[in-house]
Amino acid sequence: MENLDQIVSRAQSEFAAISDPAQLEQAKAQYLGKSGAITELLKGLGKLPPEEKKTAGAAINVAKQAVEAALEARREALKAAQLEAQLAAEALDVTLPGRGIPVGGLHPVTRTLERIEGLFRSIGFDVADGPEIETDWHNFTALNTPEKHPARSMHDTFYIENAPDVLLRTHTSPVQIRYMQAHVDRYRDAEVMPPIRIIAPGRVYRVDSDATHSPMFHQVEGLWVGEGVSFADLKGIVADFLRSFFETDELTVRFRPSFFPFTEPSAEIDVAFMSGAMKGRWLEIAGCGMVHPNVLRHGGIDPERYTGFAFGFGPDRLTMLRYGVNDLRLFFEGDLRFLSQFR
Amino acid sequence: MKFNEHWLRSLVDTSLDTAQLSELLTMAGLEVEECDPVAPPFSKVVVAQVLSAEKHPDADKLKLCKVDVGEADPLQIVCGAPNVSPGMKVPCARVGAVLPGGLSIKAARVRGVESFGMLCSARELGLSDDHGGLLALTEDAPTGRDVRAQLALDDHVFLLKLTPNRADCLSLVGIAREVAALTGACVNLPNWDEPSAVIAERREIVLDAPQACARFCGRLIRGINANAPTPDWMRQRIERAGLRCINAVVDVTNYVMLELGQPLHAYDDGKLNGGLHARYARAGESLELLNGQMLALDADSLVIADEARVLGLAGIMGGEGSGVQASTTDIFLEAAWFAPDAVAGKARSFGFSSDASHRFERGVDFGNTRNAMARAAGLILSICGGQPGPVVESLSADHLPKRATVNLRTARAARVLGIDIGAGRIEGILSALGLAVERTADGFAVTPPSHRFDIEIEEDLIEEIVRVHGYDNVPAPAPSGPLAMLPLGEQIRSPWRVRRTLAARDYQEVVNFSFVDSAWERDFCANEAPVVLANPIASQMSVMRSSLIGGLVANLATNLKRKVERVRVFELGRCFSRDGSEAGPNRPVAGFVQPLRIAALAAGNAAPEQWGAATRRVDFYDVKADLEALLAPRKPCFLAAAHPALHPGRCAEVVLEQQAIGWIGELHPRLSLKYELGASPVVFELELDAVLAAGLPDYVEPSKFPSVVRDLALVVAHDLPVQTLLDGLRQAAPDIVSELEVFDVYQGKGIDPDKKSLAIRVVMKDTQRTLADDEVESARSRLIRFAEERFSARLRA
Repeated sequence: MENLDQIVSRAQSEFAAISDPAQLEQAKAQYLGKSGAITELLKGLGKLPPEEKKTAGAAINVAKQAVEAALEARREALKAAQLEAQLAAEALDVTLPGRGIPVGGLHPVTRTLERIEGLFRSIGFDVADGPEIETDWHNFTALNTPEKHPARSMHDTFYIENAPDVLLRTHTSPVQIRYMQAHVDRYRDAEVMPPIRIIAPGRVYRVDSDATHSPMFHQVEGLWVGEGVSFADLKGIVADFLRSFFETDELTVRFRPSFFPFTEPSAEIDVAFMSGAMKGRWLEIAGCGMVHPNVLRHGGIDPERYTGFAFGFGPDRLTMLRYGVNDLRLFFEGDLRFLSQFR
Repeated sequence: MKFNEHWLRSLVDTSLDTAQLSELLTMAGLEVEECDPVAPPFSKVVVAQVLSAEKHPDADKLKLCKVDVGEADPLQIVCGAPNVSPGMKVPCARVGAVLPGGLSIKAARVRGVESFGMLCSARELGLSDDHGGLLALTEDAPTGRDVRAQLALDDHVFLLKLTPNRADCLSLVGIAREVAALTGACVNLPNWDEPSAVIAERREIVLDAPQACARFCGRLIRGINANAPTPDWMRQRIERAGLRCINAVVDVTNYVMLELGQPLHAYDDGKLNGGLHARYARAGESLELLNGQMLALDADSLVIADEARVLGLAGIMGGEGSGVQASTTDIFLEAAWFAPDAVAGKARSFGFSSDASHRFERGVDFGNTRNAMARAAGLILSICGGQPGPVVESLSADHLPKRATVNLRTARAARVLGIDIGAGRIEGILSALGLAVERTADGFAVTPPSHRFDIEIEEDLIEEIVRVHGYDNVPAPAPSGPLAMLPLGEQIRSPWRVRRTLAARDYQEVVNFSFVDSAWERDFCANEAPVVLANPIASQMSVMRSSLIGGLVANLATNLKRKVERVRVFELGRCFSRDGSEAGPNRPVAGFVQPLRIAALAAGNAAPEQWGAATRRVDFYDVKADLEALLAPRKPCFLAAAHPALHPGRCAEVVLEQQAIGWIGELHPRLSLKYELGASPVVFELELDAVLAAGLPDYVEPSKFPSVVRDLALVVAHDLPVQTLLDGLRQAAPDIVSELEVFDVYQGKGIDPDKKSLAIRVVMKDTQRTLADDEVESARSRLIRFAEERFSARLRA
């Protein structure tokens, strides 16, 4: 008859050879089942004399535990192998594309406007809005451009039929007037009028159409009116803005004397990049100046007490420079092959 | 304003080179738009005289020339130009010359004959496109002289882009004055000594409209030679300024206009009848202009007339039939001052502009009228001869512009500029500009000269100061101000969020023109009375849009043509219409409504074709989900209704909190056909204000007790709108019912064709306790009973 050690080692090697869980359970019966080898030995204990019972019983129990441990270990191993096989079978091709819809995007110019708003909000400029069908008074007269003023020929204006003094705004500057009037009204009873700090982005219209002019385009007006606002402040803000917008210090900003009826002194802002495709060329990028006293008066503000500056950027042009787009018309053609590149 | 550099330098001495001069002008506000050399670089080209030109022994079209280049021995040169002939003076590129384009001239054999140079056409020297023959030089050109010197080719043409306030720089003297002020140099004024009268004859001048013409000088010159050639130096300056040379008298008037800024006119005195009048036109009068245009004049047209007829449009253009011609012997010269208001816009209203009107509109120096007359008379006498009569001058001094004294406070200048320039420097700048400056307690009293029309208030002076001081010399510090936070309203969303939401749902933003084809308004809005532009740029951009949909449909059509078939686009922009309203807080311009809207269009497949999902076309419900996402968490109602652009059975008005805020639907198949779209896209358009409004989140404490879910399958009439059923059920439901949603719709086997089966999930809960079974059961039966009674529903087995 085989001894306990032999039974254990037989069980161990038998279990190790089994790879099917059901077979393993059958094999278990040979040792631990009703008539299994270990069970038979335990049954045989009763026939032993009492003084041997104790030692023999302990030995059988040790062997039983060893068999159980071998069984349990094999069960775990088989479970692990089974899981591994299942996982291997479940493997995906992770390189297949994701399911569902992709994302769309903003228009490149809108994207620029969002950045401009963000930059100016970060220094306390609020965003204002105004109508695109505008009165002649707000678009010209209040901006110190009376009828017959030669500056009116600088703007080729779209007029509205059967509405003599109504036009499509030629610039965002009329928002200055509307905002100043509303602001003054709001703080009519206040001791000190808080400063006006706004930008006004929007669409503007001029009778002009070629590769560099569109009859509709965008402008961003800026206005800061308060006590002691100076031309030096204007230069500071504009230079800061351009460096922040283009995310580079590698550019030179130049203020060049110019003329607008609604500012004085007036300047054109030119920028030159120190690197890239446009390197070294002066690019006209905005008009600006100190708000003309007549304009402040039309806005209800005392020009002796308050001074201010205004500027008008062309976000279409900024977008073209930023992304290297060379034809303005692409912005307004709705060609998805173009637009979808700005996501 | 176009002029050549040599001319400017003859009026002001400056050591600046061309580039520096250009920079100086630009940075002083006289923007140099172009600064181009008169001729491209070339060297060793000299004046040569052709001594003989004989046929080349071996070539029919070539000539063998002997050419004098000012040296002892003539050169032998082979030349193919048709106009080469003995005696003529031409440019000769000598051996070693380098011509424009890099051609170097070497001694060569041309068909067996040696040739030592090349005779040149204007094109070969880069002077013009003329290649018809050799460039003929004047007979007095010294042989051997460098052609660049002979033709003054080491010169540049400047083009200034002048702003309308700087009329004083529409003349060479004006620009010279500016350069002098900026550099401290002196202006060398031209000679305007008035030639004395030799004859006594005169023509009277009457100022009938002194408010429009306050000064008018005239002078008769008899016995001129109208055919005298215009001197080369004058011709060169006029042509480099971009004007054409006509005849000596007209050339002189143009020359003086360029030089001094005073437009002049010369009449053939033989064609005049009696005195001259500066007056407004009378009813029925007409005029044929020098350019051949016939004008019907109105009472608003200022004219120059004699006793018999209208001679010209004052300050704008002379008339046909009274100008100087080859046969003219006596001329009457006019130099007048017209008020800007009297001329402004007039030429433009007739559809043209002239050098004269351009200047008078912006302001001509009224103190210089007589000098210009003297300068022109002097030049005409020296070129054309003749005997001058006395200067006749009519003046209405009261109607000339007044030059009021303007006070400048140095402290104010410092406050506006943010930099203290210093009183001494300010005084220096203003004086250099020719302004009369007197010190006052807090600054200066400044009187501008007659040539400056742009100095009326303190700011005008501040601008002059900083302009001359240099914008570059103003610092650019980071400004400081009070740190007040901006409002960031939580109950109004930003338009950026709306844009980003649509972009995240795969829509691409577009920007379309606000003016559209009137057909779009008819097709997409049934709008027969859109806002019309008075001066559209093209007929398909002639009316203002009242809906964004037309533009999106056009985007779809454009992209389909380019084989992009899955199109999802949106636009945020204004729409326009007219009404009878007054101006008010929400109506900035009386009579016009111009709300911002947001609209989207989806066409093609619901998702890009892909491996993991079946391909299907986008439909109403896909786009409805996008619209709902825009408005979430608020839930709009959708009411079946009719819209001119949309499929009558697949279209809904969107209603939010009892307000109609827009539309959603499939494009009407008729329009899809007309616009060649293939299958109809789905579109929506909403009022932006409604989309931006958002309440604060409305918080309800989550229940600690489990909720109970019951599903109902109700069979109802197939045309019962689900929303009607749900609205009814929600009203009828007891408080414990917290959600009621349709999760399936079934039509088909087992259901009558005129019925549909709706699966409805009912969620019930109470925040304070666990619901009892009988409560749940009674709520369920109540809902079923209600559906049976109100909607003739029956519970599906």
